[in-house]
Amino acid sequence: MEQRYYQKEIETMPVEELKKLQSEKLVKQVKHVYENVPYYRDLMDKKGVKPEDINGIEDLHKLPFLTKSDLRDAYPYGLLAKPLKDCVRIQSTSGTTGRRVVAFYTQKDIELWEDCCARAIVAAGGTNEDVCQVAYGYGLFTGGPGLNGGSHKVGCLTLPMSSGNTERQIQFMMDLNATILCCTPSYAAYIGESLKEQGYKPEDIPLKAGIFGAEPWTNEMRKGIEEALGIKAYDIYGLTETSGPGVAFECSEQTGMHINEDHFLAEIIDPDTCEVLPEGSKGELVFTALDKEAFPLLRYRTRDICVLSRKECSCGRTLIKMAKPMGRSDDMMIIRGVNVFPSQIETVLLNEGYQPNYQIVVDRKNNNDTFDVYVEMNADQFTDTVSGVTTLEKSLANAMKTMLGINPSVHLVAPKSIARSEGKAVRVVDKRKLHD
Amino acid sequence: MSLKQLTVFVENKQGALVKITETLAKNDINIRALSIADTEEFGILRLIVTDNEKAFNALTSEGYLIKITDVVGVKIGDQPGKLSKALSVLDENHINMEYLYAFMSRTEKHAYVVLRVADNLHAEQALEQAGFHMITDADVNKL
Repeated sequence: MEQRYYQKEIETMPVEELKKLQSEKLVKQVKHVYENVPYYRDLMDKKGVKPEDINGIEDLHKLPFLTKSDLRDAYPYGLLAKPLKDCVRIQSTSGTTGRRVVAFYTQKDIELWEDCCARAIVAAGGTNEDVCQVAYGYGLFTGGPGLNGGSHKVGCLTLPMSSGNTERQIQFMMDLNATILCCTPSYAAYIGESLKEQGYKPEDIPLKAGIFGAEPWTNEMRKGIEEALGIKAYDIYGLTETSGPGVAFECSEQTGMHINEDHFLAEIIDPDTCEVLPEGSKGELVFTALDKEAFPLLRYRTRDICVLSRKECSCGRTLIKMAKPMGRSDDMMIIRGVNVFPSQIETVLLNEGYQPNYQIVVDRKNNNDTFDVYVEMNADQFTDTVSGVTTLEKSLANAMKTMLGINPSVHLVAPKSIARSEGKAVRVVDKRKLHD
Repeated sequence: MSLKQLTVFVENKQGALVKITETLAKNDINIRALSIADTEEFGILRLIVTDNEKAFNALTSEGYLIKITDVVGVKIGDQPGKLSKALSVLDENHINMEYLYAFMSRTEKHAYVVLRVADNLHAEQALEQAGFHMITDADVNKL
């Protein structure tokens, strides 16, 4: 297969040259952040690091880390490095442990983010002759806007479908001959099921490739989707804090995702000691944004556990590859593409007058996540009618939906009935097999 | 005038009712009437017993979720059409009913109906006007 690139010079740049480029950008970026972000300047001062101590990527380890809790503390403008008049967009996470993450973009930030997505689309075989159906959610969620922008850059005919309304997705896909599908892997599997139910065979479906991300999926799930839709399925990685999807993307070799390291400098650290680990070690992924202007996070801890590899790739790209994340170094779950922390459930329960005695059970049925929350009922909430109990369950589910953005099934249960191990309630039971 | 009902939250699990009835038996409490509303996941057990306070304490100390609910107890003659008459009184008075269950007494030849309605006082007045007799907790022990 002939290899094509969106930005060949960067994507195939010799590693030494790339590192030189990263060093130059890092020196400038640290200066920009130190001068414009008092929050990070304080962190650097506390550590006794000045911008002039950073002369290249070999000095990266001297810089302080940022975590999700810094983002919360600095909400909303504390990490902003440009005046608001220079910003043109915000995107936001679906919900967080109390406060949302709000990320700001200048026009240049949008361009580089969309370039990253364009690289992913071209790596999946996309050209200006393709019809690209974007079925990620549009809006504050980064999935839709990111791939939409990337698709424009490549010159694809873009179908901005957003997520949901599967019947319409299928109608547009078949009528307008969509050749590339971008959505979460679970939604791709669902579309595959629906097509099959409507009697379409894989060879009837015009799609040739899919770009799927925003939630964990296994290679087994990949095979299932590829067979159902008759396509090649490509993984994509990103997070709102660094821009959105496109921080890393898969090529035809399908052995890991190339990190767009001209924009995002990656490290692997030991999540307990914060020590930087050598290439090939398993640890927590940390990103430093080298080019972002408005929201340039330095050494941001993603909490994703993975491995980096610079092994030569048959696609010709020299960009370092990250394996699919193998888990988290915190208790965050990704359910139907949405980040969920147990502490969010706890907050809702306390707000609604319940004790925080609960259990979250996540499973995957027919490639879709199920999300059940079991809550021990209080004496003062208990009523003598079935409708009284189901009304309580519904209103609790609504409160959780408002907090999380996704709808759980809430089940009220008897006091002390939730399984406890060694006296401590088991908060999360994740029955999904997410990692190979 | 009211009649008190014990309402117990029961998980839909094997043996759940055995434990409750055993607890009542151990405490020498007689069940006069009961009904269960059940769903796939839980049941709501409603009991008319001889000693509410004792039953409440015994079940609470076993960790049960339990509530005392005011209900209306109506004495109904043991003949066809009597229940229908009582219910039409509620209907005519626009009193909404959540649920009902019935039981017989061992001493008198009478049926009794336990009603859970939106407005107990209104229901009692309307039924009495129509010639029905109400029963109270004190009566339960004599039945």
